[in-house]
Amino acid sequence: MLHEPQVNPGKDPAAAYKSRVGVRLFCVYATFYLLFVAINLVQPALMEIVVVAGLNLAVLYGMLLIVSALVLALWYDRACRREEARHQNQTTGDR
Amino acid sequence: MVLGIFLTFVLFIVGLSFYLGRQTKTSSGYYAAGGQIHWFVNGIAFAGDYLSAASFLGICGMIATTGYDGFLYSIGFLAGWVVALFVIAEPLRRMGRYTFADAVDAPFQSRGIQLMAAISTLVVSLCYLVPQMVGAGVLVEPLLGLAHHWGVLMVGSIVIVIVATAGMASTTYVQFLKGGLLILFSAALVWAVCARGLSTHPGDNGEKPFYNHRVVSAEPGNPPRPADAGLAVVEEHRSKTGRFALVEETGQNSARRTWWRVDEKDNTLNLVEGECQVNGKEGQSLINGMPASADNKLRSVGNISRLMGQKEATTGPLSPVGILAALGHPETTVRTWKEVRFDSQAGDKVTAYFPVETPGSRLLRPGMKFKLEGTALERLDFASLMLALFLGTAALPHILIRYYTVPSPASARKSTLVAIGSIGLFYVLTLFMGLGAMTNGVLNPADSNMAAPLLAKSFGLFLFAVISAIAFATVLGTVSGLIVAASGAVAHDLADRFMKLQLPEKAKITLGKISALGIGAVGIALGILFKGMNVSFLVGLAFAVAASANLPAIVMILFWKRATAWGVIASIAMGMVSSLALILLSPDLYKLYGLDPLKAPVALANPGIISIPLGFLTLVVVSLLTKPVERHEHN
Repeated sequence: MLHEPQVNPGKDPAAAYKSRVGVRLFCVYATFYLLFVAINLVQPALMEIVVVAGLNLAVLYGMLLIVSALVLALWYDRACRREEARHQNQTTGDR
Repeated sequence: MVLGIFLTFVLFIVGLSFYLGRQTKTSSGYYAAGGQIHWFVNGIAFAGDYLSAASFLGICGMIATTGYDGFLYSIGFLAGWVVALFVIAEPLRRMGRYTFADAVDAPFQSRGIQLMAAISTLVVSLCYLVPQMVGAGVLVEPLLGLAHHWGVLMVGSIVIVIVATAGMASTTYVQFLKGGLLILFSAALVWAVCARGLSTHPGDNGEKPFYNHRVVSAEPGNPPRPADAGLAVVEEHRSKTGRFALVEETGQNSARRTWWRVDEKDNTLNLVEGECQVNGKEGQSLINGMPASADNKLRSVGNISRLMGQKEATTGPLSPVGILAALGHPETTVRTWKEVRFDSQAGDKVTAYFPVETPGSRLLRPGMKFKLEGTALERLDFASLMLALFLGTAALPHILIRYYTVPSPASARKSTLVAIGSIGLFYVLTLFMGLGAMTNGVLNPADSNMAAPLLAKSFGLFLFAVISAIAFATVLGTVSGLIVAASGAVAHDLADRFMKLQLPEKAKITLGKISALGIGAVGIALGILFKGMNVSFLVGLAFAVAASANLPAIVMILFWKRATAWGVIASIAMGMVSSLALILLSPDLYKLYGLDPLKAPVALANPGIISIPLGFLTLVVVSLLTKPVERHEHN
């Protein structure tokens, strides 16, 4: 079976940075999501407007919400890995 | 063949559980698979855990009956993972050991939190368990020809075996397999839908030709006189929901009486044929005027009545964008179906289903289920649901415990990333599966939950068998996760930590297994009781309870240093009690009790918009009123 050895988490020097980036990206996505809900509540007819290739705003916005979640997640993971690597290099250099 | 594929799948899963069960010797192994699961396996298992009956059966069914409104659940369910990844994943993995209670209690070491978090885990898991069990019963009925309650009993028993043998290890691999297969075969089904394209004459479902329901003009009168000499109106029913006529069909079968809708528009009167089920006072049941039997069931419905301005058209293969563009075309009309219930003059209970010509452009925007152009209360209900879906995922105990099955916080993050990718892909597919079921003449008007398997059936028995087996595994995977979470709450949180029983390792595992048995039995009973409710709707309610009870505690512990143990206890209690009370007094539950939904004391169907802020507010107020103690920091 696909198993990995368990590691002791210990103190993570990158934790504060990761938390900061996470909260910022959460705010970006939450705003995007909130706007979607707000359009539906205030001007639902707007969702019927055809935007591109016969697709209306509702379909396009919905798909974008799904795709953007993945894009932001990949961005977050990359930022976290870079910060973890930076701290790893620093620790190795200190030795 | 259907039975063969299904049984092979079930036997394989049970065999795997027994194999893994032999390797489970510690409580860490039982509750968290030893914390050694690879992040990729865990990510797909996340998908297997999360993509429950609500996602596969419920969302597809809701899209098939209400169009885009069902897809809103897909959007909300996926958006919730953003909260899980950006805010919860890593800190939670760092704080806890096996359960949600471990994590929220970590900074305080409070027995009150241990008790309240364990109760909340049990309540949320049971709320989530109900729709899964309902889904199981729905699936087994057409698949194996068994009654709903046998389906629920069968799933309950298999899951108890899976969980009781190896706990989280077997649950993880069942979810991994199921998650992978679900996404793969859903993609195959969507490819088949695109290859078939759209048509105003949907193919039959392999059993009998598609039936086009009649519309007959009539002369006004009391009762109206149909233009067709073979039809005569013998009774009329008028209510707020419309005018309905009991039509006797003379000629070949003079005894047949069915309910039709009376449409009056621009001085013309039309009788619209529907599907009807009449339950008499003596217990007899008639389907479309004839005794109900294996051969006489409600007909399959759902078709395009006008495709891009043409009454008769077939597109041939289309791309996914082509499907959406053709369906959303301003001159496309789809025949959707609406349920009506009333009592006849003889006192019989009538449940009838009638077609509604719905413009495609209306189908592909919100508003068919959620009345966005309705009253302020109706719009508030929609906002409430979207809030609960967004915040609920990161508060579901059976999802949270999966963070403890990986070796490190970084693995928790990476597995969430895999989960977002795979779950996002699946949710995109739900739109096409739902719309495919809506337009291919495969829907059962009385039960939207079977939309995806019935769509598969229109492509042949093999796909139906595989999709049904996967749908069944979908229920198994999620129910296993829920029972592991709930048994952890009883055996680890309550017995080991709250009551401090100090049991040896072997006894802890035995207690976990006994708890799994008890929780499984409760789940079976509730699954039978809630028969017939849409599973996505029920899961939406479970999300509201989770977001109200658990999320304020998790978020405030992570981001507000002033949060106290009493604040956390009060917030979990307030969120849980308020959301449950609002649900139990809501119109939908009143309908389930057999009472008039209009008399429900709470007008909102979704409680999140009240109970989630109430949970946060309670935590802040009680924390400010109580003395803070030194926290055990976890980085």
